[in-house]
Amino acid sequence: MKLAYWMYAGPAHIGTLRVATSFKNVHAIMHAPLGDDYFNVMRSMLSRERDFTPVTTSVVDRHVLARGSQEKVVDNITRKDSEEHPDLIVLTPTCTSSILQEDLANFVERASIEAKADVLLADVNHYRVNEMQAADRTLHQIVQYYIEKARKKGELPEGKSEKPSVNIIGISTLGFHNQHDCTELKRLMGDLGIEVNTVIPEGASVHEIKTMPRAWFNLVPYRELGLMSAEYLKEEFGTPYIDITPMGVVETARCIRKIQQVINAQGADVNYEDFINEQTMHVSQAAWFSRSIDCQNLTGKKAVVFGDSTHAAAMTKILAREMGIHVVWAGTYCKYDADWFKEQVGEYCDEILITDDHGLIGDAIARVEPSAIFGTQMERHVGKRLDIPCGVIAAPIHVQNFPIGYKPFMGYEGTNQVTDLVYNSFTLGMEDHLLEIFGGHDTKEVITKGISAESDLNWTKDGQAELNKIPGFVRGKVKRNTEKFARDRGIQVINAEVLYAAKESVGA
Amino acid sequence: MTAVEPQALNFECETGNYHTFCPISCVAWLYQKIEDSFFLVIGTKTCGYFLQNAMGVMIFAEPRYAMAELEEGDISAQLNDYEELKRLCTQIKRDRNPSVIVWIGTCTTEIIKMDLEGLAPKLEGEIGIPIVVARANGLDYAFTQGEDTVLAAMAARCPDKSPVAEADKSERNAISKLLNFGKKKEEVAASESEYVDHPPLVLFGSLPDPVVTQLTIELKKQGIKVSGWLPAKRFTELPVLEEGYYVSGVNPFLSRTATTLMRRRKCKLIGAPFPIGPDGTRAWIEKICSVFGITPRGLDEREALIWEGLEDYVKIIRGKSVFFMGDNLLEISLARFLVRCGMTVQEIGIPYMDKRYQAAELALLEKTCNEMGSPLPTIVEKPDNYNQLQRINELHPDLVITGMAHANPLEARGINTKWSVEFTFAQIHGFGNARDILELVTRPLRRNNSLKDLGWDKLVREDAKV
Repeated sequence: MKLAYWMYAGPAHIGTLRVATSFKNVHAIMHAPLGDDYFNVMRSMLSRERDFTPVTTSVVDRHVLARGSQEKVVDNITRKDSEEHPDLIVLTPTCTSSILQEDLANFVERASIEAKADVLLADVNHYRVNEMQAADRTLHQIVQYYIEKARKKGELPEGKSEKPSVNIIGISTLGFHNQHDCTELKRLMGDLGIEVNTVIPEGASVHEIKTMPRAWFNLVPYRELGLMSAEYLKEEFGTPYIDITPMGVVETARCIRKIQQVINAQGADVNYEDFINEQTMHVSQAAWFSRSIDCQNLTGKKAVVFGDSTHAAAMTKILAREMGIHVVWAGTYCKYDADWFKEQVGEYCDEILITDDHGLIGDAIARVEPSAIFGTQMERHVGKRLDIPCGVIAAPIHVQNFPIGYKPFMGYEGTNQVTDLVYNSFTLGMEDHLLEIFGGHDTKEVITKGISAESDLNWTKDGQAELNKIPGFVRGKVKRNTEKFARDRGIQVINAEVLYAAKESVGA
Repeated sequence: MTAVEPQALNFECETGNYHTFCPISCVAWLYQKIEDSFFLVIGTKTCGYFLQNAMGVMIFAEPRYAMAELEEGDISAQLNDYEELKRLCTQIKRDRNPSVIVWIGTCTTEIIKMDLEGLAPKLEGEIGIPIVVARANGLDYAFTQGEDTVLAAMAARCPDKSPVAEADKSERNAISKLLNFGKKKEEVAASESEYVDHPPLVLFGSLPDPVVTQLTIELKKQGIKVSGWLPAKRFTELPVLEEGYYVSGVNPFLSRTATTLMRRRKCKLIGAPFPIGPDGTRAWIEKICSVFGITPRGLDEREALIWEGLEDYVKIIRGKSVFFMGDNLLEISLARFLVRCGMTVQEIGIPYMDKRYQAAELALLEKTCNEMGSPLPTIVEKPDNYNQLQRINELHPDLVITGMAHANPLEARGINTKWSVEFTFAQIHGFGNARDILELVTRPLRRNNSLKDLGWDKLVREDAKV
């Protein structure tokens, strides 16, 4: 047992559901007790989905505990099949079904005889993998299933596309700024004269999967999602993949050079150097920013970085290599991928932290006292407590991290966004600091906004106690209203009863 | 829908395939209510993930709750449950020093049959902190029923004898202490005379402190003294429950607590409608008065006055239709109030319907419908959300009260929604808070008034499925 208040990565089924619901016309059925469908709330709230989240539960209740699910799961699958006509139904195990050890594979087999849809059992174990690992596995599983299905039917396309083309693998629902990154990557590919063959899984139909081998190469922008699928496609079709995250000026250039190398090896004849140069010098503002006086003032300032592998590694490199900021420590909660992370950031920070214990992270921040933090929502709150500004760079995230405006982290526009994020975090800290030194903007006492300075009314202790329970920002108003009420009625002493009578009379 | 109106309330039961919060969510409001408690949820990452996301910003305020996250070794019994829990609870005692630790059993502890009720007394003896066990799991319960399981367990911890000295008694009792604040003993004795002589009454149900005060004052106006409240502000202030005490529930989802109070503590339950809406509050007070043989004073005028104050809001919803998808068990009381406001209720979805505990509330609903000339709604227990969406599509209600999973998709299809969870966290009890209920109910309709004529109420393409 582990005492835990907060977790960075969600349970396995969340990963499976993120992948399943990213595809078009794929339905997920969770084998879970009532209340485990909280994913639907998150998707509907955080990403403000207009459509119903295609996830239902085959409810595990007392009866299931006593007699097993029996026909229930199969019935639920076939019912969903006839109601919604999905292409694929993914049966999703949860922590509960992991312990019940029902033969879900058997249910899937039986259901797929009756259902028109394809039916898959997500091969994830709650106690072995977390959200990210499960997402990666589920995506791989779906890709493999449809490639093999097409192969059996002889529907796999012959050869590659005419022009250089790419599959972008790993864009998913509830991913950190994934939608914007996707748009930016497509735009970048357009600029490079590369066709986008498919984007998987977000917005894709499972029928597109069989066309994936047509692409010249696969691009996996996020370390956490898509590598297994890319590796599989490499083994099956020899399709090379690029796993350099195009985040930051240097890494974006590195990613583009790698693309150049990969497609030239397949007979294209491209040279992207001029493009990289033009973008770096004149389109992206990040390179110029690093020369500007603003950035000079940040030199040697201390920062700490924490997040998933992709974003924490990329941020660390941007801060240290592109802005001259002193990254005291960089860390990730993706413990299963620790070696890669260490290798990536080793030379850009003093210390590396691999942990999913938010208490440790909080302590490490307090110990270092950086000028700015780049982390998840949890680090933002640590920052609030310690009065240190924080830029949010990775999940777990809240609704404000799903902006409507265009805010990619990747590609050349991404470098601009990241620059703003970094610079705003640091100047805010500076501003605060200066205000403190000079004693604030406005040193005059706030004069009470009461109707009369001295109140001629007496508040009893219980009245006062009730008043104090009212939230601070409306307390003044309630007090004035109550006193007015009392005065109008000639009441001299205000107790709790009078307070609530006044509340009712003004209907507030 | 058939053309013939049913003559009595019609009860149906569907598949139970609906969206609701897991009952462990009760820790969110109970740890705040019971100030010296610590809630330990013994479950998996799934439970933790739910709480972390559902409780939003509260999670960052050093909450007095934590997960005892079960690992593979716990599931396969390679680790010893007792030793593990002892280690965690000792740590909690050291860091937070609570007066009670509440263990919340979850689906996992049920399935692996972890004997929490057996372990608790043993560990309690060893570490010296009371441990209360509540099995608030998704296998058996929905959302607010979590509070019910906790309060039923707490009921067993209420002292059964009032301490000898009268002074101690008022010491024990948070409510009388609050009302007698700072008064001397003689004054207390004098204020006692404001009350009619009646057997002790204890109310049950967790409400925010201001609402506790309001309801207590409301009864005081009728000369009824509230001897205690389950739960109190602190675990150490749980009310005395002697055989023969009267108890009354303030929320519709407390049937286990009511049963426990009757069977285990030999209390007498006053079955009344719940004090939600001015009509409910009035009926609640009247019922309690009638049990104690008191003729209620001034309730007519008081209720009329409240309704008068609500008219601007009632105007907005009068004649409109409402559909409850059902997820928190407040549905019957809210529907009854809204019918009184002149709305037509098309369907009352509800997770679980205890017809005995809610008998008076159901009777009032039926009476209200008849008086308002409103058709009697169908009450759908364990609803099926998919079927409900088909019915909503057909009926096109003016307002759907639903969970967050369906709210945005319905709004995108031009259907007004109100998020049901807000009713559990807003102050909705008593005369003074009726306006808060209508504030919630009318919000989407008022929003529509602000946005009307913009022509963008349907924001999904026609081919999108419901």
